[in-house]
Amino acid sequence: MSKKPVKATKKEVETTGHSWDGIEEFNNPLPRWWLWTFYVCIAWAVAYSVAYPAWPLINGATPGLLGASTRADVAAELKRYADANGPIQAKLVAADLTQISADPELAGFSANAGKAVFNTWCAQCHGSGAAGNKGFPNLLDNDWLWGGDIEAIHTTITHGVRNTTDEDARFSQMPAFGKDELLEPAQIEQVVQYVRQISGQEADADLATEGAVVFADNCAACHAEDGTGDRAQGAPNLTDAIWLYGGDVATLTETVTNARFGVMPNWNERLTEADIRAVATYVHGLGGGE
Amino acid sequence: MWDYLKLIALGVIAVLAAIAANYARDLAYLVNALTIMLAAATAFIWILRTMGDSLPASQNEYNDGVVRAGVIATALWGVVGFLVGTTIAFQLAYPALNLSELTQGYMNFGKMRPLHTSAVIFAFGGNALIATSFYVVQRTSAARLFGGNLAWFVFWGYQLVIVLAATGYILGATQSKEYAEPEWITDWWLTTVWVAYLLVFLGTLMKRKEPHIYVANWFYLSFIVTIAMLHIVNNLAIPVSFFGSKSVQVFAGVQDAMTQWWYGHNAVGFFLTAGFLGMMYYFVPKQAGRPVYSYKLSIVHFWALIFLYIWAGPHHLHYTALPDWASTLGMVMSIALWMPSWGGMINGLMTLSGAWDKLRTDPIIRMMVVSVGFYGMSTFEGPMMSIKAVNSLSHYTDWTIGHVHSGALGWNGMITFGALYFLVPRLWARERLYSLTLVSWHFWLATIGIVLYASSMWVSGIMQGLMWREVDSQGFLVNAFADTVAAMHPMYVVRGLGGVLYLTGGCIMVYNLWATVAKQPRVASASVAAVPAE
Repeated sequence: MSKKPVKATKKEVETTGHSWDGIEEFNNPLPRWWLWTFYVCIAWAVAYSVAYPAWPLINGATPGLLGASTRADVAAELKRYADANGPIQAKLVAADLTQISADPELAGFSANAGKAVFNTWCAQCHGSGAAGNKGFPNLLDNDWLWGGDIEAIHTTITHGVRNTTDEDARFSQMPAFGKDELLEPAQIEQVVQYVRQISGQEADADLATEGAVVFADNCAACHAEDGTGDRAQGAPNLTDAIWLYGGDVATLTETVTNARFGVMPNWNERLTEADIRAVATYVHGLGGGE
Repeated sequence: MWDYLKLIALGVIAVLAAIAANYARDLAYLVNALTIMLAAATAFIWILRTMGDSLPASQNEYNDGVVRAGVIATALWGVVGFLVGTTIAFQLAYPALNLSELTQGYMNFGKMRPLHTSAVIFAFGGNALIATSFYVVQRTSAARLFGGNLAWFVFWGYQLVIVLAATGYILGATQSKEYAEPEWITDWWLTTVWVAYLLVFLGTLMKRKEPHIYVANWFYLSFIVTIAMLHIVNNLAIPVSFFGSKSVQVFAGVQDAMTQWWYGHNAVGFFLTAGFLGMMYYFVPKQAGRPVYSYKLSIVHFWALIFLYIWAGPHHLHYTALPDWASTLGMVMSIALWMPSWGGMINGLMTLSGAWDKLRTDPIIRMMVVSVGFYGMSTFEGPMMSIKAVNSLSHYTDWTIGHVHSGALGWNGMITFGALYFLVPRLWARERLYSLTLVSWHFWLATIGIVLYASSMWVSGIMQGLMWREVDSQGFLVNAFADTVAAMHPMYVVRGLGGVLYLTGGCIMVYNLWATVAKQPRVASASVAAVPAE
């Protein structure tokens, strides 16, 4: 290596005189703007760490001159909304369920609060537009499993369906006709055709005729003799062509063979009574409320 | 004698691995044990067959074989990583592409995502770093790699790490720590390989014939040492069984989270920044044929960078269970890190001053310039996102993913491509690359791909953050989570298209490099003898 620094071109500064595999280095000073920006950043860092909680000591950390705390900020913000909404929530809880939608103030609040509760807790299964999904009922239509008036909706949300965490949960259980060998495969085939017939779908008339007998003997107790269901037991109406799991032959066969056991949590342990009333009012107002 | 010891060690490892496979408690462990057995047996047979007949390599020549292998591995793992990345980008846009029924969940996003990140960071980036560090340290020290075949052990050992990690992810072995997913077996093996890597690198530096250590080697060395420390501390875990892949972390709760992000941020800081700055400091001045802009700047920004980076991790945990004081420190250290990061950009860009005309004629220089540009942009965006107020919007959103990718695709990817184009003709003694036109194609495809990726994720991330925090006057959330997912769909499609462009560019590069070796005439090489530069 050459010990003597070389000038690369006329205007350029000297190199350091080192060379590695042909790479040399200019001896340029630190760019002033770079250095001053660096200093400013450091000064700002020091100032900020004096103003805010920063330096760990033996017992806790320095609290900072501004007394800032993110936890206190969150608590304050929550309290602000709780204070603001407190009176109307108290009024909502005290009101008669059936009168909520008649009171403009309560109805407006419930529409807002109920939608927020729904988007946070219910949309995962029922969809953010409440149109449901396979196994999760559509809440926009008139087809209710357990009842569609405000009180029934309120009860369903409060206690849930078929869960093991609330004794008052709505409960019913369809037998697994195929799995438990209550019906022969041939009978299942017949009753499936019958259900398709009463729901206005294409069906094999001969099989459906046989299926009517099977239905009367095994299904009518819950789903009613005409197949219109029974809300007291959460037994769906089978004649309206609205399906929770599906109305095609394969899905109906699956349903009759293994039965279904849809579960909904009880929300009384997670939500306040005001939240439950708000979301019940919201769901009731979606279009299908009775 | 030495060969006999190796044979005994490999034989013992193969037998132990077979026994372990026999008692395996889970599928991932079984496959890992069989892979180790196979690797040990292969090495055993190779040593047995070459015993005695290997001529000692001339100590005056560089060990370029291992660099050639590293270049091939880098290019191939790169394409694999980009392919997996493009796939999961489309899986996010179209969930049906998880093909859950067909693949029984083995190709789900959750398994493919660590496969992608590990493939691009550790397989593509790691091989690029190992290969270029071996090349650079030899050239700038005028010395052959230390330790004989130890460098080959590092290369093949590292490939084994990648295979163990990848098969583990697919079969369910993960400790669920981002960028540190591999379970304890793979972690132990990586530690072994990494110590060997450190030995080769340090040994070469110690027997250098140049009086000073070149700046690129400072960065490479800081990368190797710090990664060793980070890897060991973040992976402190106790195996549930010696015959199972599952282990339990030593740290718990917020301490575990802090350790993880101390590691995670410095994987970015030392693997993707310091290591790649080492690459930049060699290949940019070489390709430009110009001296490095400022020796002083390289010293100051090197020490400032490695001092500050290590404290910046808490900014990944703003507004969590982490105490406010740790959050503040992480933030102010990140802000102070801005200029030290930019020191590298200034040195890279200013090195080109006086050679700007080459931007028109040399697509490789163009790649390097864009790379350094993306480096500067990402290292501005990073400190900005570490500010608590900004982070409260950006955290958990796609903005973070966009940020990471403008750094990874732009900075790490482009500088690696530039280095590969530089290396291949020299390593295989070819006069020039097969086609500069194809390099241009690669350049434009990659650049447009990055722009599509980064801009779609900015839009998507900021929109997502705004939708999440939107509350009405009574304090109620306005949007359901699913609403934000639906709103992001168009951006997800654009991101996927960006990935397709980037992947296409990568494939063109592989073809171009292959054609350089296969179709270009060989020239007598003068660069293999280890002599001091002057």
